[in-house]
Amino acid sequence: MADEKNPSRGNGGGANGGSNVGSNGGKTGKVGLVERVSTGVKDDIHALKTDIPSKAKEQIEGLKDPTKTQVYTSIFRHKHDDTPRNRALGVLSNVFLHLHPAKINRDAVRYSYTWGMGGITFYLFIILTYTGVLLMFYYHPSKVQAFRDVLYLEHDVPFGKILRNMHRWAAHLMVIAVWLHMFRVFLTGSYKKPREFNWNIGVLLLVFTLLLSFTGYLLPDDQLGFWAVTVGTNMARATPLLGHEGPFGSMLGMTPYNDVRFGLLGGSIVDANALLRSYIWHCIGIPIVASVLMIVHFWRVRKDGGISGPAPVMLEAEADKPRRGPKAAGE
Amino acid sequence: MDWRQLWEICSAPDNVPIVGLIPLLAFYIYLAVKQARANDQLIEQLEADPAMAKTHHRKTWPFKPGWAKEVHVWPFLLRIEFLAAIIITIILMVWSITLNAPLEEPANPNLTMNPAKAPWYFLGLQEMLVYFDPWIAGVVMPTLIIIGLMVIPYIDTNPLGSGYYTWKQRKFSISTFLFGFIILWVAMIIIGTFIRGPGWQWFWPGQTWDHNRLIYEVNRDLPDLFGLTSNMAKAIFGAIVVGGYYLLGGALVYSLFRRKMPKDFQRMSLLQFSLMAFLWLTMIALPLKMALRLLWHIKYVWITPWFNV
Repeated sequence: MADEKNPSRGNGGGANGGSNVGSNGGKTGKVGLVERVSTGVKDDIHALKTDIPSKAKEQIEGLKDPTKTQVYTSIFRHKHDDTPRNRALGVLSNVFLHLHPAKINRDAVRYSYTWGMGGITFYLFIILTYTGVLLMFYYHPSKVQAFRDVLYLEHDVPFGKILRNMHRWAAHLMVIAVWLHMFRVFLTGSYKKPREFNWNIGVLLLVFTLLLSFTGYLLPDDQLGFWAVTVGTNMARATPLLGHEGPFGSMLGMTPYNDVRFGLLGGSIVDANALLRSYIWHCIGIPIVASVLMIVHFWRVRKDGGISGPAPVMLEAEADKPRRGPKAAGE
Repeated sequence: MDWRQLWEICSAPDNVPIVGLIPLLAFYIYLAVKQARANDQLIEQLEADPAMAKTHHRKTWPFKPGWAKEVHVWPFLLRIEFLAAIIITIILMVWSITLNAPLEEPANPNLTMNPAKAPWYFLGLQEMLVYFDPWIAGVVMPTLIIIGLMVIPYIDTNPLGSGYYTWKQRKFSISTFLFGFIILWVAMIIIGTFIRGPGWQWFWPGQTWDHNRLIYEVNRDLPDLFGLTSNMAKAIFGAIVVGGYYLLGGALVYSLFRRKMPKDFQRMSLLQFSLMAFLWLTMIALPLKMALRLLWHIKYVWITPWFNV
């Protein structure tokens, strides 16, 4: 306020001064002002006596039904009453739930059919992302610090030990869950028309799950990880054509310093570069690719007609008749 | 019986997942078999009674007219998902509190771990190294496993058994998958984890790991048994054996398929059938090669200056 007024007074001089009642006006303005202020204040006090109780009453009434407040309706796009419409909207208008349909077959919720392993895999991926990000705060992917950081996590960081433990066990559990998911999908023939493509996405996700786990194995930079990754990447030496010990590799000019293993490790032995590459693949590269594939995987589950069953059994005699659509089969 | 040795292997933190995997697999196989049996029974019933087949809702679970065919995802599915998330979280919490992730000495390239094992889920591939050269066990086989899995939907032309558990309608595909998954993948992992000790030698469960044990095995190559000495003869002989395996095997698969599964065979195109036969024979080649090694001490079948099979 003061900053705005001072320059205007200095520049404008007399022209402004006359109208500026508050600061340099004469006695004539002052009387009118006092009167106006006092009647205004009286009026306000009078109005307050009725306004406040009525507003307060309104407020309390409003609080009794928070679902009608503007804040609530801005967050939730539908009412909360337990009606079929709202049950459907609760799923459809929620970004986290909208991959689900509003309604599913009454048998599709049976655990004995689905085993729930796909969903559990996804949940484990979320846990791994969460614990993984927290671990990244304490870990430097360098030969000097990596092992010490793990020791630091184990002994000094609050909850560091449980954080690392949970990351590791969730990773192992995810591998198991992926296998069981694939096993169930095979046993129920869920890869058959029209889900062939989604099965392929699933196979890729299986590969990326194993690669995620494998790249993470090296990161503690201990004997276990070092030798496991050494054993694993030594295979790459023997790649036909592209490895220096593989069939026809040396004929194509492959040496330990230019073959596919060198590309994987960023060197001819598992060392600092391998640690960094492992770290980047583990924390950035593969999670991004896997996330994209997961989006496609879930999307295709819906587009291919929801989960495959439990479908009505088909008889031998019907096998070669024109197939009923996925809707009829899923019904 | 060295119980301490057995306990050390079973309680190694990274082996616990496999110890857990075995009962989990057993449970889910039981669950699948139970439902497959019930469905197969229903299928038999419906095939015997066409009138019933027309009206029956074709599931083993009860359904009465008037019941809603569909249920709301909220809450009937979401409550299951929520429960699953809670249970998994509790399992992980308990597991993380009671068992510490392994951490060995700092990495030391000069001190080789013996046995140096890959992570448990790759131990099947490592076990294959006993029987095949690295370019097959480490590169070609994994690639073929991935490709083989990916082509399954395109070579399995049987339209039956989509969306329900069954055994009778899909005997061939299910037994093939079970053989590949349970015997070749999981059992090999179990061998790699619990049986293989120092020097990747075979130690029965409870047998003490002897780091100084030496086994003198005289392995022979198949061409040697036939008295072949020149490189050329060995290479040609091997090519004939391996090529013959695929040709004769393919013929055998063809003759079996024609007779035992005429409908499936009719539905398959030439490409579908040859792909299926090739992948199936490659899968069977693994236990065959294992038998050659274990029973007759044969190392290579096909020897060339560039690669050995």
